[in-house]
Amino acid sequence: MSTKPELVKLIDTTLCTACRGCQVACKQWNEMPGLRTKQVGTYQNPPDLQWNTWTLMRFQEYRDDDGKFQWLFRKDGCMHCTDAACVKVCPSGALYHTPLKTVGIRRDKCIGCKECIAACPFDVPRHDAATDKVYKCDLCYSRIEQSVPPACVKSCITKALTIGPKDAMIKKAYARVAELGGDANVYGDKFVGGTHVIYVLQYKPEVYDELPVNPKVPLSVIVWKDLLKPLSLLTAGAAAAGVFIHYITHGPKTPHDDGQEQKGGE
Amino acid sequence: MNISRRGFLKMSGAVGGGVALSSLGFNLGPARAYADELNKMNRVRIAKQSTTICCYCSCGCGLVCSTDKATNKIINIEGDADHPINEGALCAKGAGFFQMTEANEHRLRKVLYRGPGGTAWEEKDWEWALPRMARLIKDTRDKNFIKRNAKGELVNRCEAIGHYGSSNVDNEECWLITTVARALGVVYMDHQARVCHSPSVGALAESFGRGSMTNHYIDMQNADVILIMGSNMAENHPMGFRWVTKAQERGAKVIHVDPRYTRTSARCDFHVPLRSGTDIAFLGGMISYIIENKKYFKEYVLNYTHASFIVDESFYFKDGLFSGYDAKKRKYSKDTWVYEYDANGVPRRDMTLTHPRTVFQIMRKHYSRYTLDKVSSITGVSKENLLKVYEIYSATGVPDKAGTECYALGWTQHTVGVENIRAMTLVQMLLGNVGIAGGGINAMRGEPNVQGSTDHAILYHILPGYLKTPPASLDTLDKYLKKYTPVSHDPKSANYYSNYPKFMVSLLKAWFDKAGTKDNDFGYSWLPKMDDGKHYSTMHMFDRMYEGKIKGFFCIGADNAVSSPNAGKVRKGLEKLDWLIGENIFDNETYQFWRAPGVDTKNIKTEVFLLPASASMEKEGSISNSGRWVQWKEKACDGPDQCIPVGEIEIKIMQAVKDLYAKEGGVHPEPILNLYWDYLDKDGHFSATKTAQRINGVFLEDTVIEDKAKGTKVVFKKGQLVPGFGNLQADGKTACGNWCISGSYTADGINKMKSRGKEDPTGLGLFPNWSFAWPVGRRILYNRCSVDLNGKPYNPKRNLLEWKDGKWVGDVPDGPWPPQAEKEGKYPFIMQRDGLGAFFGQGMADGPLPEHYEPLEGPLTKNPFSSQLINPAIEIFEGEMDKIERASEKFPYVITTYSCTEHWCSGALTRWQSWLLEAQPEQYIEMSDVLAKEKSIKNGERVKVSSVRGSVTAVAMVTQRLKPFTIEGKTVHQVGMPFNYGWLFPKDTKDDTTNFLTPTVGCANTFCPEYKAFMVNVEKL
Repeated sequence: MSTKPELVKLIDTTLCTACRGCQVACKQWNEMPGLRTKQVGTYQNPPDLQWNTWTLMRFQEYRDDDGKFQWLFRKDGCMHCTDAACVKVCPSGALYHTPLKTVGIRRDKCIGCKECIAACPFDVPRHDAATDKVYKCDLCYSRIEQSVPPACVKSCITKALTIGPKDAMIKKAYARVAELGGDANVYGDKFVGGTHVIYVLQYKPEVYDELPVNPKVPLSVIVWKDLLKPLSLLTAGAAAAGVFIHYITHGPKTPHDDGQEQKGGE
Repeated sequence: MNISRRGFLKMSGAVGGGVALSSLGFNLGPARAYADELNKMNRVRIAKQSTTICCYCSCGCGLVCSTDKATNKIINIEGDADHPINEGALCAKGAGFFQMTEANEHRLRKVLYRGPGGTAWEEKDWEWALPRMARLIKDTRDKNFIKRNAKGELVNRCEAIGHYGSSNVDNEECWLITTVARALGVVYMDHQARVCHSPSVGALAESFGRGSMTNHYIDMQNADVILIMGSNMAENHPMGFRWVTKAQERGAKVIHVDPRYTRTSARCDFHVPLRSGTDIAFLGGMISYIIENKKYFKEYVLNYTHASFIVDESFYFKDGLFSGYDAKKRKYSKDTWVYEYDANGVPRRDMTLTHPRTVFQIMRKHYSRYTLDKVSSITGVSKENLLKVYEIYSATGVPDKAGTECYALGWTQHTVGVENIRAMTLVQMLLGNVGIAGGGINAMRGEPNVQGSTDHAILYHILPGYLKTPPASLDTLDKYLKKYTPVSHDPKSANYYSNYPKFMVSLLKAWFDKAGTKDNDFGYSWLPKMDDGKHYSTMHMFDRMYEGKIKGFFCIGADNAVSSPNAGKVRKGLEKLDWLIGENIFDNETYQFWRAPGVDTKNIKTEVFLLPASASMEKEGSISNSGRWVQWKEKACDGPDQCIPVGEIEIKIMQAVKDLYAKEGGVHPEPILNLYWDYLDKDGHFSATKTAQRINGVFLEDTVIEDKAKGTKVVFKKGQLVPGFGNLQADGKTACGNWCISGSYTADGINKMKSRGKEDPTGLGLFPNWSFAWPVGRRILYNRCSVDLNGKPYNPKRNLLEWKDGKWVGDVPDGPWPPQAEKEGKYPFIMQRDGLGAFFGQGMADGPLPEHYEPLEGPLTKNPFSSQLINPAIEIFEGEMDKIERASEKFPYVITTYSCTEHWCSGALTRWQSWLLEAQPEQYIEMSDVLAKEKSIKNGERVKVSSVRGSVTAVAMVTQRLKPFTIEGKTVHQVGMPFNYGWLFPKDTKDDTTNFLTPTVGCANTFCPEYKAFMVNVEKL
């Protein structure tokens, strides 16, 4: 197994045209439906990641300090963390690290506890009420494990999306940042043990909507994972464990459920 | 299927960092993936793989369809990694191709019928529908056929039947459509090319000799400067933009000039906003800048263009009008737009370019009026931005730099559509950018096969291969050929159209075969003739329909009730039809006009047939992309239920009509009964191959072709395919459905359109062995301009063509002759009578040099350039529904309309697809935050948009991407709306087509409608 390198997907936002080939290619390969949405005054649609939308193009109008206008495009989706909070909290083993170090999801094992949703520092996993399962990008594991690029990467017109061995991709990202200069930066390699999806950003991370500046595995998750979870799993069924984990990490709050309001769509 | 299994599985187009995953050094052995998903990969692997070409824009991207062998159903569609244009990548529409298959519940599956007064569709079948349609067609034709016109000229036409569509079917189907329509005598025949790129043909053919995109998408990577103007390329030709970014990687500068900041602007070096409809002012300023600052490529201008020709003394330009104008008719007589000739009939030239009547000096004087101040005041572009663009772009006027221009509907859809493009041809010829790698004018066409449907002339004014539709005054073939076969007395001019008789006679033979003989002019008299000076375009057709003069209408792969200008008038016209025959893969607002909002369904007498067609990947055949690549598609599976290809529908309808005429006789039966009609395979289905071979051309008799210069004789047998248009004959020995496409097969029957060779010997991305490119495999038109008079490349770093050891090396040369300096050498623009690039447009309807006029409906009451406010040569429609209100307080905002990446044209295909609809769910209007504040409109609020012709509702998208302009000292707001929405679907929509707003007016030359600049008001709902 030691011969399997880690894979990293690089999203170079400075090359993206927001054609949304990736957003649709993801649905095509993963056979996710399109739901009825509304126009609310933006190109961004669906408005957020959803159980049926694992990769989403975010559109943002931005004027920098020099008054220069830029329409920012950012493909959002699972970051495939090394220290993946979702994997840590998942009581059923549905979320797991694949041999390629990405975060996979075995949906048949998902018990719908939504714990991963609360724990994810990037707000990525989504729950669907109809199936009572959680959904997110698995970096097309069925493809990459057979050396075929993920659907999003293959569809990318301008090569804003690329995938390859971790070291090579990080090197490529830094080379690009050096070429761009200014506030350009690499996002993803320095936190949560390094993500397997990294960005080249033109501006500082705080400029971008819905992008955490300093994402962390919640302390409560670490406490739970290292101290309490093993004990809990010994004494309770997996479902009960999920409820318990949720309660001790967040109290009696229910994470949002994006399946409900979309029901009755196409 | 000739893509390799390896080729599909590697899918390596997108693997980054130059490292293929398969080279990562790990064993790919059995994985522990999630069972279902793993299963999908395996199901895809063992499926039948078929290649196809995307059916949306004209990039011509390749896709691979995986069809489950057990169910014969498509289970996956993704990009073809071996395809040189897209290398596996796809935009949103291409990536969602799967939702065009029968997996989409909205696909049409059965013949649908609606009888007079009917309130819903009834399901029928082909056996029922074919005889009924044939009866209606024959009765309408027989009753309304016009044998002779008012002048008594033989015209043999039927004005009571109209035809529209389609650029979204295969070449072979287009050719059958054009054939059926002409046999029926239809003259009101048009399709998407009219409303899309008809001005491209008018402009590019006038300047260069051919009407098509000069280069091709991949070639954009070779440019040093790319000007994107008249296009939102990243959104509407996404894969073309892939090659723009390739050029950027090399350090190319990319400039976007457009009323809106779009997804294109976001990736360009800079964006320059200009008011809709002022492109000629902008480009006129650039022409003047190039000339006055001596930025032009002098050697090129002298040797390869008309610049040195001397124009007749009687020509003049004064206060916005050229000589020869007749204000009553709104038409020019072009008698004074001529050159001086010497005693041998060769144009006189002044190689010093100083004679005041040289084309060069006339052009210089004309554009000296386009000062920075004036251009800035009209366009709303700052002087600083004007100079920035002019400087950067004109830096390509040197031998080793290439500048290209990419445009689309932003230039064509104007009353000055042709002249917008002509203005750019002037810029490109001055800078020596035509005929070189990384140069040219890239007319990025809007539909997947609009190049092909134009080549095959589903258009009233041309026959297949750009031959002219005969006018009534030319009553014999001899007169016709004399009129349209150009004569040049200049020995250096190849004047290739001197072969016109061979092309025309071969076309007539393709249609009428044995029945067309020398004695009966090969059937020339059977063709429908237009009245001289009359036009029969889309807008004219709907004008006539509105008047109740058109009784039957074919609408193939189109949605005029949404897409045609002044849609309110179009819909009223449809209500007056006796019958409508639709052919499509989804239902749309045109086919259901009888139950549109506000329509009195029960009182509409029209019989409507909606025939279910196979989708693009469900049939084989070829389509031609914008770069003239004629690419063959494989059939992945059958269409669902009763679906058959449009080609088969056409064959069956025509056969039913033929049978009726054979049985009953009728009016002018000759073109119907004599029509060669053998295009079914042995199983009785449409044969794209048989049709393609007929288009390519075939020897009808044993023929000996002698080349006296080479001293060779080649013998071809009867039935053998014609290996190229050079072999066509004017005596009836060859049949050829379209001379341009001749050479798509070898004489031995090898289909070059299927070629998938990836060799790239020049390193310029020409891919000479990939598909067939017309003409004769040439990838870059006018490529002999890329070399000097002795055949040496001007830019050795991008060596497109070179004369070496007595022969041409590189791209297929544009004409086989030696370089110009040699004794037998010829000029490079071989399709031009005079062999050279034309600055001076002698054939234009609205003047030989582009001149700025305001849109028909604009914000100004006075044109700052002249007393002519609007284009003096446009046709004004004056029906009760053709209102205009310019510079009015009631409609104060300039609007432009357009498409977006996620939808396509009227949205009649894409709105039925949930992945695309989810991303762009409903009608919106983009407006600046400044205007929104003025009108107290908040982002996301619903608004009403009105013009004097109608109104629509939309969601306000308040944005910083639009900005108010200062025009002639006043603030002018610009807004914009997509034209992708209609009332039929999605079901809960509250909106309808943007074309309720647009005026019935078009380009003076080609009647491409003005969708891009008119006036509206916006109010909060």
